[in-house]
Amino acid sequence: MTLLGSLALWVAFLFGLWGALTGFLGGRRERGDLIASSRHAVYAMCGALFVAVVALEVALFRHDFNVEYVAAYTSRNMPVFYNWSALYAGQKGSLLFWAAVLALFGALAQALTARRHRVYLPYVGAITCVVAVFFVSVMLFGHANPFARLPYTPIDGNGLNPQLQNPGMVFHPPMLYLGYISITIPFAFAMAALLSKRLDADWLVAIRKWTLLSWLFLSIGICLGMWWAYVELGWGGYWAWDPVENASFLPWLTMTAFLHSVMVQEKRGMLKKWNLALIIGSWLLSIFGTFITRSGVISSVHSFTQSNVGYFFLVFLIVSAIVSFWVYATRLPLLQAEATLESMVSREASFLFNNLLLVGIAFSVLWGTLFPILSELVSGTKVTVGPPFFNQVNIPLGLGLLAVTGIGPLIAWRRSSGANLRRQFAVPAAAGGLTLLALLAAGMREFYPLVAIALGALVSATITQEFVRGVAARHRQYGEGWPLAFGRLIARNRRRYGGYIVHAGIVILFISFTGMAFKTETEATLRPGETATLKSPYGWTYSFTHQGVSQYAALNRQVTAATVAVARDGRRIGLMTTEKRQHVDAVGRPTFQPSTEVGIRSDLREDLYIVLAGVVDGTEQTVFRFTINPLVWWVWFGGLIVALGGLVVMWPGGGAPAVRREQAGYAVKLVAKDAG
Amino acid sequence: MKAGMKFAIGAVLIVGSVGYLMASGIKRTGQYFLTPSELSKKLAADPTFYDVGMKVGAYVVPGSVTREVATQTMRFQITDGSATYPVVFRGLAPDTFTDSVEVVVEGRLQKDGVIHATDVLAKCGSRYESVPKA
Repeated sequence: MTLLGSLALWVAFLFGLWGALTGFLGGRRERGDLIASSRHAVYAMCGALFVAVVALEVALFRHDFNVEYVAAYTSRNMPVFYNWSALYAGQKGSLLFWAAVLALFGALAQALTARRHRVYLPYVGAITCVVAVFFVSVMLFGHANPFARLPYTPIDGNGLNPQLQNPGMVFHPPMLYLGYISITIPFAFAMAALLSKRLDADWLVAIRKWTLLSWLFLSIGICLGMWWAYVELGWGGYWAWDPVENASFLPWLTMTAFLHSVMVQEKRGMLKKWNLALIIGSWLLSIFGTFITRSGVISSVHSFTQSNVGYFFLVFLIVSAIVSFWVYATRLPLLQAEATLESMVSREASFLFNNLLLVGIAFSVLWGTLFPILSELVSGTKVTVGPPFFNQVNIPLGLGLLAVTGIGPLIAWRRSSGANLRRQFAVPAAAGGLTLLALLAAGMREFYPLVAIALGALVSATITQEFVRGVAARHRQYGEGWPLAFGRLIARNRRRYGGYIVHAGIVILFISFTGMAFKTETEATLRPGETATLKSPYGWTYSFTHQGVSQYAALNRQVTAATVAVARDGRRIGLMTTEKRQHVDAVGRPTFQPSTEVGIRSDLREDLYIVLAGVVDGTEQTVFRFTINPLVWWVWFGGLIVALGGLVVMWPGGGAPAVRREQAGYAVKLVAKDAG
Repeated sequence: MKAGMKFAIGAVLIVGSVGYLMASGIKRTGQYFLTPSELSKKLAADPTFYDVGMKVGAYVVPGSVTREVATQTMRFQITDGSATYPVVFRGLAPDTFTDSVEVVVEGRLQKDGVIHATDVLAKCGSRYESVPKA
């Protein structure tokens, strides 16, 4: 199988080169035969990489430990389930996974692109080929071939890191990768538009859905990553501003900015340069993220082993940045805006502020992530910044963004009149103000949570008002019943109302994040029968009574489990168990460090989160950390709503096709009439 | 005033506040990241370099770890080959912490010459890669 795999890599490499060559030439000379050949090369490359993935999976499932990669990441006693995820558990396999998924997206782009956007395809194919060839050549020439064999055959493999033996890990990395990788397609379309000088509104339509798809995968991937960190790493939170988390957050921010500012270009023909720069920037950030996770230049809990693979990525990153911005610079004269900003009180202006804030957040996150390197370059001493820096900078900016989320949809395009503003803002402003007063009256004094919840109320009122008015209009106009009107309202305007659903999810996320400002924590060393107590921010008191420790062997691990009886204000609510797991190989020798299995009891108000820190040798005296994390359930729920909203926006068919700019004036009038 | 001008003012305000927040954030929360020998050098250059928040990245000296589970106190030494510092840490060590692992110790060096750590991160430089078998 490894011979087949290596061969498939070489075949993919050659097809990729051919596809890049014929794509560029065919696009430039407009030669149909070359263009067709390039398309076939993309399909062939995709097929070859698929064969390589299957070959590696077969080796993994067959426990072919003569293959170095299989020996390094699997073992005989591992749950079968995780053999699949061993594919992307290590550097080499994940490179293969990257290349294969990219080729798949490239092939889908070739197959699914609507006829009127076909002019871009030769360049799109060429660019996907170039990127895929890069990944394949790292495997072939960077000592990262996942099919490399060992000079001997070990009896058993090392096994998968226990922290990756978690159901979340089966879904989180692929989702994140899908998001990361699919950014290449909008980037390829943007470059294709620049290279072919076809910079009318058409290319935007072609890439908007791809950007949305990529944004959706990335959002889901980030949420799953938060969930994994929360249940598996045991430090009690879900977001630590770790460089790798930041690396996934950066392109998400710039893509979010793009998805908003693209509307300004569609409706008003403005921001063309900015939008292209955002797409190119998002892609470069995704490569940058791949680079920092693989090079070890920035210390992170996530990083792969330091290896020279990082240099390949650095060179690739620099070269692609130079090439893409050079092409961009030569095409700048073609990117003149067709309109100017008419008023500060306009939808355009609010989108601009939204973009500034998103990019500002992205910049500060990038700066904070790179600060150890930058400070060492400048002053010779490494200075690091941690979560306090990111929170201090990003909480105010995030709240500004939340405010714009509430205000933007209320303001008309071009300009809004005073009467219009009063009519639009009365309810949301009242909702925000009243919420603030209610919270103050209830005794809440924490500044940021107050602002976040009040703004959350404002945004929710905005969204509700939009839905109510839309449904009411349908009810009046077409005589539809309320539920039908509601359903059709969303179905007929998926972009707009799907967008509002995403906003609703974001509000839920913001409010649930404030819960962490109220988390409480205690550590205690307990003998069986002893009790520790912890006060919840809701005012009641939890008591945790240690019930004793049990030890047993499971499939591939020795488990030390401690059970705790939990009572709220003296009323017993249940038992919770937390474990320490020592993974072992087939003959019982320990592998890896022990890992913690957190005990979590979640309800709508708060999570109880218990970590078994250690057991005093030979006794049942146990060290626990008890944490109460308010509102965590809502983080997962908010993430789900965001994903649902994204799906609504993306759902194919139905809905009006994107409003062409020629009609935009008319559309604006309709909206204005509807609103005024 | 033209809309473009007003927007420019708004933009300057946003960019300015981002810049201000970043600058003050780094000033308030930035921490030195040193190796033990860099720390010795700093101490030699500035003998008052005590009680300053910093992170020290180094290896744990094998066999130097003593733990007292009941009080959750851990003592160990860290080194980069040329300089060595003792560390005392009260709290829960991460799962990945063992002898000879690479760690990042966050805390303050006190006059007693011991780094009083507030946090210890085991920088398992290869979290996803397995530890090679001896």
